[in-house]
Amino acid sequence: MRVSLFIPCFVDQLTPRVGMASAQVLKRLGHEVEFRDAQTCCGQPSFNSGHWDVARAAALRALDVFKGAEVVVGPSASCVAMMKKFYPEILAGHPRLQEAQDLAARTFEFGEFLVRKLGITDVGATFAGKATYHDGCHGLRELGLKEEPRQLLRAVKGLTLLESEEAETCCGFGGMFSVKFPMISTAMAQVKCDALVRSGADIIVSSDPSCLLQIGGYLTREGKAIRTLHLSEVLANGS
Amino acid sequence: MKSAQETIMQRIREALRLPAAKPHLKSTAASGTPAKAGRPWLPDGGETPDARLTVLTENLIKLKAQLIRVADMSQASLALAELSRTKQWKRLAYHAHMDTQALIKHVGCETWQADAEFDKQKLESCDAGLTTCEAIVAQTGSIIVSSSTNGGRSLSILPHAHVVIARVDQVMGDLSDAFTFIQQRNSDHMPSMISFITGPSRTGDIERILVLGAHGPKELFLILVG
Amino acid sequence: MSTPRSQFLSDAQVATDDVAQRGFLRQALGGYYVSRDVQKARYRDWEQARDAAAMAKWNAVNRLDRTLTTFATNFERNGGKIHWARDSAEAREIISKICRDAGAKAIIKSKCMTTEEIHLNDALEAEGYGVVESDLGEFIQQLRKEPPFHFVFPCMHLKREAISELFTKHLGTAATDSPEELTMIARRHLRQLYVDADVGISGANFLVAETGQISITENEGNARLTCALPRVHIALAGIEKVIERLDDLAVLLPMLATAGAGQPMTCYNTLYAGPRQPGEPDGPSEFHVVLLDNKRTALLADPEQRDALHCIRCGACLNVCPIFKNIGGFAYGTTYQGPIGSVLTPHLRGLQQWNHLSGASSLCGACTEACPVRIDLHHHLLHNRRNAVLAHVSLFDRLFHGAFGWVIGRPKLFAFGGKVFRATLPLLKKLPLPYLSTWLKSRELPEAPKKSFRDEWKGSQS
Repeated sequence: MRVSLFIPCFVDQLTPRVGMASAQVLKRLGHEVEFRDAQTCCGQPSFNSGHWDVARAAALRALDVFKGAEVVVGPSASCVAMMKKFYPEILAGHPRLQEAQDLAARTFEFGEFLVRKLGITDVGATFAGKATYHDGCHGLRELGLKEEPRQLLRAVKGLTLLESEEAETCCGFGGMFSVKFPMISTAMAQVKCDALVRSGADIIVSSDPSCLLQIGGYLTREGKAIRTLHLSEVLANGS
Repeated sequence: MKSAQETIMQRIREALRLPAAKPHLKSTAASGTPAKAGRPWLPDGGETPDARLTVLTENLIKLKAQLIRVADMSQASLALAELSRTKQWKRLAYHAHMDTQALIKHVGCETWQADAEFDKQKLESCDAGLTTCEAIVAQTGSIIVSSSTNGGRSLSILPHAHVVIARVDQVMGDLSDAFTFIQQRNSDHMPSMISFITGPSRTGDIERILVLGAHGPKELFLILVG
Repeated sequence: MSTPRSQFLSDAQVATDDVAQRGFLRQALGGYYVSRDVQKARYRDWEQARDAAAMAKWNAVNRLDRTLTTFATNFERNGGKIHWARDSAEAREIISKICRDAGAKAIIKSKCMTTEEIHLNDALEAEGYGVVESDLGEFIQQLRKEPPFHFVFPCMHLKREAISELFTKHLGTAATDSPEELTMIARRHLRQLYVDADVGISGANFLVAETGQISITENEGNARLTCALPRVHIALAGIEKVIERLDDLAVLLPMLATAGAGQPMTCYNTLYAGPRQPGEPDGPSEFHVVLLDNKRTALLADPEQRDALHCIRCGACLNVCPIFKNIGGFAYGTTYQGPIGSVLTPHLRGLQQWNHLSGASSLCGACTEACPVRIDLHHHLLHNRRNAVLAHVSLFDRLFHGAFGWVIGRPKLFAFGGKVFRATLPLLKKLPLPYLSTWLKSRELPEAPKKSFRDEWKGSQS
């Protein structure tokens, strides 16, 4: 399959390793991977802030960028949810709505693509450690992904998967929410991170780099030595 | 000038000119208006009389209501006398009904027919209220009382304990059965109150800790005959 | 001069700083999660039951003209009196007048958030009536002169010690740390007040159009007593409370109990058809239902968010909301707290003034997942944000999002901007920049990598 990567803007700038790891896993599974460098941001910050005109322009650009792509795969449940669920909503009544719906049907979150589209749960990865999976809200509730990432992690050799309390509780990132209501966002991070620490895991894995920005950022500030990794980084390891 | 009713109704009609989408349903099964709303998806009330009694018994235990199964009315009467003795009731209120009157014969404490001369102050001082019921719902463990046939509004709520006398054939499967029964029985005129009593009065208002007997009866006894 | 927004920000700061209180709230809700899951597991299909509940409300609300008229006609046929109130002031006046006409002195109330919405107690007290809240939580909050903290669990923020002190101060009772004993103190105190009251005021959870009955759900028995002993019964209900058929309650009553409190069924679910009927031994001689609009029709006129009128006030969305659990109920400054409050309040009290509540959400969707009638709660927060922007945008926001949109529309500029950002990040972190410095106050940012993904990708392809 020819996979077109959809790399979130902040992954592009701050955690490029997540994008590289996703590409590596897909290539190893025998797929052709491309990156169309006209892509920038999906427009979610503006969408969430109520500026739907800005988000709509971003959506229309994305339709151009990913025109003709066989499948679009992104290592971020949040940005994928923007494309899959909210592009059709903000383009309701727009002449290009059908195009947006077609793109939505061809777009997958990284783990979703492996398990649901390809039917693969074991990518042959090895990773030594105890991991706990954080359900990002967009992955869990907008895309309905709960078992898929866990199936992938359970198949990783050497990795023990622990469940944490508050696994389904929001980490408090929420995009602009994290800086517009920092006291609430930080309180949520504290509840989340306390539970993650209690789980006994030494690695926190998620399908959402934005959640990891929040969780990792809070844990580092609090001096807690737990690594945060994107699902693709774990799956890219070994073999 | 338009009345408030006219204004509100006009606002409603104008508001409804634009149709709203249906909710995001999991399945289309519920999108019509099935004769029995939601019945196949709710907790089971039991298909047979035996199954219903099993479900009811389990529910009453969880609800902390006390079920007393007896074979006939004379045993029921003994059971009430036993309750009155162990709970040291001084005064029991009841309403006029063949079953309640049969039951109180040997009760051993003062009895008072509350529906003959309604006195709320006196009723408040009663240790227990004895009533019949309209029906019992196995699915939820609910006992249905009405103001017209089960002693009015206060008798089942104001005394400190509530004793219900019922027969096994009054046990129904689920809430839908109960609502059908209520509508058939009162097709011309509804009683002014019908209450589904599901366990003794309770509250969790203090630290979400369960306490029985918030304002209504602290204890609920169901004497089931048959 | 504080605005609702500035007040919210400062109250949220105080509430989130109180780590112990936040832990207490989480602990208090812990038992609810367990019992809710036990009860949900008893449903043969919880998701389809939600569908049925959602459709019962959808049908009633989308035919509100007919359902409401049917209800009013059937209700009056049973001997009660219907009153219509366009707004809070009109509802207060109707209720005052009924009390005046009845020559009332003492009024007992069972829990009713709609009376909080119209500030009924203040109005009645100003006219000299003694008004007593009988629901245990509401009684405690009334003694504290505080509004409910949570619209289903009014005093869940209080520890038993505080309640014991409160009772000692107001009722002269001895100190105790037993929730049971505290409950019995209130029970003993309130019993005589039911007996003495002339008027009982309640809410209504459902108005059944088909039969003209109102349905009241409660656990304590205080509503049963409020509707049994006084000679006049007044029920205040929003117009959206109507349902079409009695049988709809077969779904709605258990769903309300399970979603809201983790119970199979609330202890007392009572249908009232009218005043005392011939042949009945007791009950009020007058029964009034006051139907309140108070901007509900404005929400009805918005088809996108009309489903917010499906709300059965179970409180499930508050119980699962991480915002509510961290800031508590008072910070909202509204009658209805939590996600449903954040959706409703901008409609009821003004979009621009109350839109910050729509913003104060990470949009996690736990509320929507919990809602037994499938209200699209967290998406409505997005809709409120969009509507607020369409009506008015601050200059800062206009510039910020305008610039953002301009940059992300130009990939080369975006890539260049990213390069500059990464190169200067150590310096930027030291500057008092909006958003960035707010983030850094409590969280780190990762070290900026030398190469962006697009640079690395280009390198790996060559």
